[in-house]
Amino acid sequence: MTVKREKLLALRILVGIGMIATWHVVAETSLVGDPLTMRFFFSTPLDVAGRIAQWLLHGTIWYHLGVTLLEAALAFGIGSLSGVVVGFWFARKPLVAAVFDPYVKAANALPRVVLAPIFALWLGLGIWSKVALGFTLVFFIVFFNVYQGVKEVSPVVLANARMLGMNERQLLRHVYLPSALSWMFSSLHTSVGFAMVGAVVGEYLGSAAGLGYLIQQAEGVFDVTGVFAGMFVLMAFVILIDWLVTLVERHLLSWRPRPAAT
Amino acid sequence: MALAAAFSERSEPKLVSRAVAVALDGVKIAFGMPDGGTYEAVAPTSLNVAESEFVAIVGPTGCGKSTLLNAAAGLVKPAAGTVHILGQPLSGINRHAGYLFQQDSLMPWKTAAQNVAIGLEVGGVPARDALEEARDWLRKVGLGAFGDRHPHMLSGGQRKRVGLAQVLIRHPRIILMDEPFGPLDAQTRLIMGELLLDLWSADRKAVMFVTHDLEEAIELADRVVIMSAGPAARIIGDYAIPLARPRDIAEIKLDPRFVEIHRQIWHTLKEEVLKGYRQSEGS
Repeated sequence: MTVKREKLLALRILVGIGMIATWHVVAETSLVGDPLTMRFFFSTPLDVAGRIAQWLLHGTIWYHLGVTLLEAALAFGIGSLSGVVVGFWFARKPLVAAVFDPYVKAANALPRVVLAPIFALWLGLGIWSKVALGFTLVFFIVFFNVYQGVKEVSPVVLANARMLGMNERQLLRHVYLPSALSWMFSSLHTSVGFAMVGAVVGEYLGSAAGLGYLIQQAEGVFDVTGVFAGMFVLMAFVILIDWLVTLVERHLLSWRPRPAAT
Repeated sequence: MALAAAFSERSEPKLVSRAVAVALDGVKIAFGMPDGGTYEAVAPTSLNVAESEFVAIVGPTGCGKSTLLNAAAGLVKPAAGTVHILGQPLSGINRHAGYLFQQDSLMPWKTAAQNVAIGLEVGGVPARDALEEARDWLRKVGLGAFGDRHPHMLSGGQRKRVGLAQVLIRHPRIILMDEPFGPLDAQTRLIMGELLLDLWSADRKAVMFVTHDLEEAIELADRVVIMSAGPAARIIGDYAIPLARPRDIAEIKLDPRFVEIHRQIWHTLKEEVLKGYRQSEGS
């Protein structure tokens, strides 16, 4: 199905306006219920927009955004690096993989949110407890993808590389690593998203700065406008990062056949 | 006296001056099965390929001819027998051989030029020199303008050309080919065959060329070796092809000598093909 760009954009904007208009009507008129109650539970689009504008103008939001971004970036960086190293190690050493298999599965089965209080206890309320939480999310995604990537190198490509005279180190550099990284990059969206989840959830459960902290503070005083404003900023921010990831991915995976446009 | 001179001239110098490039001696290849037994793919087989000789190995599908090639490449270790390469016993990968695979074997994350250059790079040639030479080779296989494309942007025939350049840039003394033109359409195969003979005639390496296509084998080779249907495949025929070179492989099929050779060899091969069918139907 192909839709013209302009038409698609117009339809998308229409849906957005429709949703905000519905929200506005529900909050400002007595169509669904008492506007006062409605406003308490849902705030209003104008209030939320005003709050976001105020945050942006006063500049307070940038500090919190920066903290969250730093936590997510650290979680992503450390998590990816360890995932690549351990994934490689396991894939090249079947015995190690077999021995650790049940423990890896068990660790991955644990919902990460329950780790947040432990990390807060161990690492304090600063950024490192959030980095740790994000790490536990990112690590497993990258680890499983790299493991798969190394395992699934085409045996023909491998045999050909050997016949071309590659030694083990050259195979690693020219065959295993590119293959593993291509798998890792294809999961880039997921792992970057999870790094953000780790940071925000960690902040929400106990911190002194960050978007999660902002939302949690607002919620503590029944400031629904603040909660919604925080959510919208977070959403816009994640979409922006996702877009950047897409650009990076296009650059790094240019050798891959491009999937049909969606 | 005159007779003796003629005789020695006819047979001796050729046999002596041509060293043996690949010597398979009683090579048997078996694989372990999941149920604990072993599957004998190739029964003890001996085959010599002289230097600058083009040998085609023909057999029904699944007869183990590729396995025999892999033994010469050092990718498969024979269960019995010995492999000698240029007089030396083979251990590990065969360093003197280039191998053109049937399936896609290019690294998809490298461009055509990088794929060709890598064979030199791993041997210690600086990347820039290697790339330059790779572009020369791409021109030789008719892909001068495609060096910056990744394999997925090339057609099957173009990928085979890159593969050929990748093998030849290293100047291997032995070239092993496993049904390299199998997946291509008939016209492309013809053109690839011509290209291959063209490049080969420049310096005449020893070639082991595996194919299931008897016509292709006779067109290209000096010698055609027929293998029986597996399991426990063995060599059941060895024919010299006395067709003059250079050959025009598009025209040669019409040559009465070609037809005669084809008829003779096909007689042997046909029975094996039928046997192969019966076996696969029975199992």
